[in-house]
Amino acid sequence: MGDLFLAYQSLIAFVGINALLALSIYATLCCGQLSLANAGFMAIGAYTGALLTLRAPGIPFVAVLAAASIVPAVIAVPLGLPVLRLRGVFLAIATVGFGEVVRLFFVNWSYTNGALGLVAIPQRTSLWTIALALAVTLFVLGRLRGSRYGYALEAIREDETAARTMGIFTTGHKLAMLALGAAIAGLAGALEAHFTFMVAPSGYAFGRVVEMLVQAVVGGTVAFYGPVIGAAFLTVLPEVLREVGARMGLTPGPFRLLLNGAILLAVILYLPNGLVSLPAVLRRRVRRPA
Amino acid sequence: MTLAVVGLSRAFGGVRAVDDASFTVAPGEVHGLIGPNGAGKTTLLNLVSGLLRPTAGKIELEGRRIDGLTPNRIAALGVARTYQNIRLFGGLSSADNVVVGQHLRRHAPFWRRLLLLPSARKEETAARAAAEAGLARVGMQERALTRAFNLSYGEQRRVEIARALASQPRLVLLDEPTAGMNPGEAGSVARLVREVAKEGRAVLLIEHNVRLVMELCDRITVLNFGKVIARGTPAEIGRDPAVIAAYLGDGA
Repeated sequence: MGDLFLAYQSLIAFVGINALLALSIYATLCCGQLSLANAGFMAIGAYTGALLTLRAPGIPFVAVLAAASIVPAVIAVPLGLPVLRLRGVFLAIATVGFGEVVRLFFVNWSYTNGALGLVAIPQRTSLWTIALALAVTLFVLGRLRGSRYGYALEAIREDETAARTMGIFTTGHKLAMLALGAAIAGLAGALEAHFTFMVAPSGYAFGRVVEMLVQAVVGGTVAFYGPVIGAAFLTVLPEVLREVGARMGLTPGPFRLLLNGAILLAVILYLPNGLVSLPAVLRRRVRRPA
Repeated sequence: MTLAVVGLSRAFGGVRAVDDASFTVAPGEVHGLIGPNGAGKTTLLNLVSGLLRPTAGKIELEGRRIDGLTPNRIAALGVARTYQNIRLFGGLSSADNVVVGQHLRRHAPFWRRLLLLPSARKEETAARAAAEAGLARVGMQERALTRAFNLSYGEQRRVEIARALASQPRLVLLDEPTAGMNPGEAGSVARLVREVAKEGRAVLLIEHNVRLVMELCDRITVLNFGKVIARGTPAEIGRDPAVIAAYLGDGA
């Protein structure tokens, strides 16, 4: 058991980091806003954390993580004020634009070695730091549900106009969730940077935010823990398939990607509410056999 | 709370949807807003609730100008509404819809919930109980846990009224609250509207059911092509030649 844990230590760490990233997307998704700026926020958090650790080695890791969450959250406010007026696809496009701007900024910033990024970051992230960060994030998001703010967020998701005439300050709520998502993404970015020893702009490209979104949607956004299940599933799946492919004597590369894609497609088609809805769907099947 | 609409106009391009309309609604009064289709009734409600901005004129609540304020600010001053094309939160249960309606009345800070304090739970239980009482008032207590989009048309209208009343508004704007209801249901809504007015709230009501309007309203304002063509008690409106012409045509 101990050996197994050691062998899969980095896989477990990535499940945790990806879970945080999927939750950062969920933060805005739960009030109906499709914001794809989170790869950018993650980059800001990662660079903030890495720079603090490298240039000011005396600072405790907790303070580094706090700064890595606060800086992107603060940047989210002036971004959100104009951008959150947009709806649906337009918000998505504008926030993708922000993510690209952040990436290109780091590509061109000589202080952080441009496209090469920062290397030899001391490993300060341990499994329990990731677990703690995930637990705190889940706790906050879980307590939000059912509270006055949680109800307001659901109302905004369902019908923003009606929510406004109920007295809900929709702009403020949306902005707060964008900042919260940015903080979670920044935290995950810093945790990852201090786990993989490096940060580079290529790690925060458009593909990264798509990954987060897919994990959140596959897990399901009807429950706050859905994105965690999605992240765990999609992070572990390729590793499991690697093993399966090897046992069956198949060439590793293409088969694995094909099966990965097929499973993803199956989840989207048959579980539109994500993996969290699986128990309910099964129960219905048992009660009413087709 | 007294609502005063003074010389209010709203143009959409060349169309003057509301054109120099003036009237007042007093506390405890049920005020009917009637007129043929396209007369500008819903536009007027959208102006009062802040979803649209007037092109001219002013709207006052208790002497305070509210035109130009955002819808949430206006709601905070004690204005609640329902919609002609029902805008419930479809994915939420009836009870949750009414809980959202209490948004302005709930003040429990989030940190109490984060610290798992019992006072936060108590506040939530109270909100649920109030929501159930609100649903009982519109006869919907049995459907409290049903999602709004699974309710019938008439049931949705009733839940929407309960959601509007949940904020304890001083001015209630009802846009065709009995549309799609059978006479029995419409009658119970009419009784509810009377009760609400008796509590001292001002009610502004758009309604197409003429008999209901005549029985229910204290005063009526008639709109046609955005203009106020008549004002008065139901009896006065019933024999007003301009109103009869607008509804039946000039040749009648």
